[in-house]
Amino acid sequence: MLDSSLRSNRLPAAPGVGYKPQHFDQILDHAHPVGWLEIHAENYMGDGGRPLAQLRHLSEQFPISVHGVGLSIGGEGPLDPDHLSRLKHLVGWLNPASFSEHLAWSTHDSHFLNDLLPLPNTDETLARVCEHIDQVQETVGRQMLLENPSSYLAFEESTWSEPDFLREIARRTGCGLLLDVNNVFVSATNLEFSPQGYIDAYPLENVHEIHLGGHDEDEDDHGRPLLIDSHGREVVDPVWALLDYVLDRSGPKPVLIEWDTDVPEWPILRAEAERAQAALDRIPA
Amino acid sequence: MSVSQTTFHEALLDPSAAVPDGLLDAEDRPAGRRFSVYRNNVAVSLTEAMHQAFPVITRLLGPQNMDGLAGIFLRKHPPSSPLMMFYGEEFPAFLAGMEQLSHIGYLADVARLELALRRSYHAADSQGVAPDALALPPEEIVLAKLEFAPSMRVVRSDWPLFSIWRFNSEEDAPKPAPGAEDVLITRPDYDPAPHLMPKGGADWIAHVQAGHTIGEAFEHTSAEFPEFDLGATLALLLQGGAITSVTIERLAT
Ligand SMILES: [Fe+2]
Repeated sequence: MLDSSLRSNRLPAAPGVGYKPQHFDQILDHAHPVGWLEIHAENYMGDGGRPLAQLRHLSEQFPISVHGVGLSIGGEGPLDPDHLSRLKHLVGWLNPASFSEHLAWSTHDSHFLNDLLPLPNTDETLARVCEHIDQVQETVGRQMLLENPSSYLAFEESTWSEPDFLREIARRTGCGLLLDVNNVFVSATNLEFSPQGYIDAYPLENVHEIHLGGHDEDEDDHGRPLLIDSHGREVVDPVWALLDYVLDRSGPKPVLIEWDTDVPEWPILRAEAERAQAALDRIPA
Repeated sequence: MSVSQTTFHEALLDPSAAVPDGLLDAEDRPAGRRFSVYRNNVAVSLTEAMHQAFPVITRLLGPQNMDGLAGIFLRKHPPSSPLMMFYGEEFPAFLAGMEQLSHIGYLADVARLELALRRSYHAADSQGVAPDALALPPEEIVLAKLEFAPSMRVVRSDWPLFSIWRFNSEEDAPKPAPGAEDVLITRPDYDPAPHLMPKGGADWIAHVQAGHTIGEAFEHTSAEFPEFDLGATLALLLQGGAITSVTIERLAT
């Protein structure tokens, strides 16, 4: 369980965007670009060169959120000690405003699969994930936020609902939560539950960051909709509506636009951030 | 029915394997195509990473052939760490071992060059010495020991590697002519740049890295490469900011 003095999330309740190197100049030239930036931790684990130089520069002007995509928190095996120390090093020198990872696994038998793979919500998973989060928070020396996954399928063996599962992880480890509203919408469509019902059951009091992103539409073997979390396009209207539903209940939060594939020109990304600002503006102070 | 990550992992990398039992849709039917989303994500993202990592190989083989090769490679050699920027360490050896590609003997060397460029891109920053740091009397220069930038890389080849790289990366570059070419990579700021290494330069650098003085290294090198051009080699290194320190141990008098 995390010492409460290490709960130091300092992201502003403003829109942020996932940082892409091709936007570097425009972000710096823009008078009011965005409130903060998020980086994928693994892209900044080299020894030097342009990525780190850009990050050092940006961190002087923007709060930075470090978002890991490779720790494999839900992996059956132990956490990779090398990767853990790389994270500790990055978070140590950068001192970011926030640090987050995923409820997922991505490494098995030392093979890294470069995707966020699903976990059954069982007591066994719960114990393992909590143990790993304890280890991460102890090593890195600060609170981490845990993000809810996008689900394409369900595990027969699951015994917990996802909101209860996340609430229990947060209770046991003292970690915070990162609520990806698009992931909720994707999972709710794919597994045919009510996204509002999910939000009603979800521990919003533990949320320190919100994610929004675009998804692709496909169909399963039975012609049912199968949404895929691609981060390759604009956020769809029903997800914006779900964001309003969340913000009405949670109050203002840092809201991130994720756009990782087919990355658009800066003005398009910036327009998405403006829409997030409008969503934040409409909630009563 | 519980699904272990070993089972999940095996089915993920083997497109002919059955979807594991215990994975369901919303109506408790077998997940089927839903599992393929993960299969697809893994294969597509790793294939994409290979295209980005080896642009010249992709150009030489064509994107479709590269897709096919990447599909075999990623199953044989999935990434061994989450640092995707270094993915593909085994690709040169993999290419060298592909029977169907044995008629393009230089592919493995091109892959080694592309890996070296990426290693250079992410190497630690360093400050090169001033361009006149070696403007010394010849008797002092020969006593100097040098340190090189972490971003400096040498790629040796029995093929005209530099010309092949250039022909496939730059417009209007001359067609490669037969002959062996070593490549020197320097990174003046943040962009690694390959150069044609003067004959014998790779050996000379190796001798200097082993702790020899400029003069000792020169003697070793010119024994094998009488045409070795020390001045040209030093100029390339100095211009590229690849020499980070010059120390001269003067003899006690
Ligand atoms: Fe997300």
